[in-house]
Amino acid sequence: MQHSASRLLGLIPTLLVLITIAFFLIRLAPGGPFDSEKILPPEIKANLDVKYHLDEPLLMQYFRYLGQIITLDFGPSFQYKDWTVNELIARGFPVSMTIGGLAVLLAFLLGTLIGIVAAMKQNTGTDYSLMGVAMLGISIPNFVVAPLLILLVAVYAGWLPAGGWDWSVQRMVLPVLTLALPTTAYIARLTRGSMIEVLHSNYIRTARAKGLPELLVILRHALKPALLPVISFMGPATAGLITGSVVIERIYSIPGLGSYFVQGALNRDYTLVMGVVIFYGVIIILLNFIVDLLYAWMNPRIRYNEVQ
Amino acid sequence: MNSSADIPAEDPFAAAMAEEDVRGRSLWVDAWHRLLKNRAAVISGVIMAVMILLVLVGPLLSPWEGDFTDWDNTSSPPSLETGHWFGTDSVGRDILVRTLEGGRISLLVGLVATLVSLAIGVTYGAIAGYYGGFTDRIMMRMVDIIYALPFMFFVILLMVVFGRHIVLIFVAIGAVNWLDMARIVRGQTLGLKNTEFVEAARACGVDHNAIIRRHIIPNLLGVVMVYVTLTIPQVILVESFLSFLGLGVQEPMSSWGALVNDGAQDMESAPWTLIFPAAFLTVTLYCFNYIGDGMRDALDPKDRL
Repeated sequence: MQHSASRLLGLIPTLLVLITIAFFLIRLAPGGPFDSEKILPPEIKANLDVKYHLDEPLLMQYFRYLGQIITLDFGPSFQYKDWTVNELIARGFPVSMTIGGLAVLLAFLLGTLIGIVAAMKQNTGTDYSLMGVAMLGISIPNFVVAPLLILLVAVYAGWLPAGGWDWSVQRMVLPVLTLALPTTAYIARLTRGSMIEVLHSNYIRTARAKGLPELLVILRHALKPALLPVISFMGPATAGLITGSVVIERIYSIPGLGSYFVQGALNRDYTLVMGVVIFYGVIIILLNFIVDLLYAWMNPRIRYNEVQ
Repeated sequence: MNSSADIPAEDPFAAAMAEEDVRGRSLWVDAWHRLLKNRAAVISGVIMAVMILLVLVGPLLSPWEGDFTDWDNTSSPPSLETGHWFGTDSVGRDILVRTLEGGRISLLVGLVATLVSLAIGVTYGAIAGYYGGFTDRIMMRMVDIIYALPFMFFVILLMVVFGRHIVLIFVAIGAVNWLDMARIVRGQTLGLKNTEFVEAARACGVDHNAIIRRHIIPNLLGVVMVYVTLTIPQVILVESFLSFLGLGVQEPMSSWGALVNDGAQDMESAPWTLIFPAAFLTVTLYCFNYIGDGMRDALDPKDRL
């Protein structure tokens, strides 16, 4: 418990670095949020700068921003007038989270299943073909899979809509599948490797020797230790899914947080970009933390060390 | 594994004995033989060699220029009669030549950005591992912090901030990809410093220079090479990702990611503009992953049974 608390405190410098890099990086960018084809009169621009505190020295803006986000207020968006960044995140995140969450779930279930089957049939045709497909899943980029799926499933076959978003299952299928594919493949490879290792250990031989059916050996004895590497991969996997969602949301025209981010970066919407980066940064950092706890909880060897 | 492969290269007696009649097999020869037995890796290696040759020589042999617009054949499907084997895009540019030229950029980015991350990662990791203690703790804590950041977002920010110059693409992608390398090199250096064979060499009176050259570097290089091979496809993927979002290389230059993006725009009327660049990109990533896997199996000392 004490260990977890100190780990949680250790997240604060990470967060500070994240905020600092993001803040100064976006401010270095040439051009400001109010540059448009129509050049604003200098007085209006000056007024806008004063309103958003853009006239102050950079360092002062930085500390003002820090003070502001401690109260969890990301400020108003520059580009989407009348919207605060908090409102935009509240609008985009549920969409992104639905797709991302379903993709994680699918990748975990399908990936471990494929991995276990491949490990049970190690070095057979089944194993080789499953792992060949998994390697393809890792190698073929999201943004290649997505247009191909649209072309085959939506355009030629006409089974599903090609894009858009209305919270219906039909519109979720393709994005979730595309997003889950590389993670599924990676988890399958991980599970296969660790399952093979576990199946060679002495206690598994004991379990087999006392006559347990193979399925029970796997489910009751081998599964938990074999899943440990998968659990610790779930942190980076989520980060990868979040990144992937930027492309997926663009291709399937889904109004999620990723599409706001790309739009915001291109439009120099400082507050929106910062908001999304910090928001996603916090999520990734927290998920890594939870994964660490889960790992320790699942792995008796680590738990034992902590007691000592 | 046969018995001759089991003679460790570090063993001076075995090496001395083998010198006259049977030549001892070094770590590298050993690994090379194991790699050659891996069919998937060998096939991938051959395909990649052909791919690199094609990308380098292909555009020179083709009758078309990459930016030549053939107005008689816009959006024409692949055919031998028009001379556009892969078809043309909506302004009549030859897809074959554009795919090969895009491949030059994609492979170049893969190589250069990997070298950038290699240079940073190996230096950083070796310093941390060699000095150990407080220096090591501070340096690795920094890596941990950077590791937790959503790095793709930073690459996107970097591209937006500094413009889309090709050199910047190399640096930006390399600069965010060195963390794994640093961790691995540091771990290896830490471990190697205290191994028995290094200690034995020291006890035999081998000087530090020779220990590093003969014992630490060869053992380190294997792992580094594996990660270089595995980093190349990652880097190519990041570049195509950026180009796909319109943040990577700019016209008239092209890369596979940019071509896939173009192709995805009019795939309904001209699917070949999407399929050919996508196939080249995927085959390349597939092959590099297999080569990296094969090299890991061949070189990773921990799996040597």
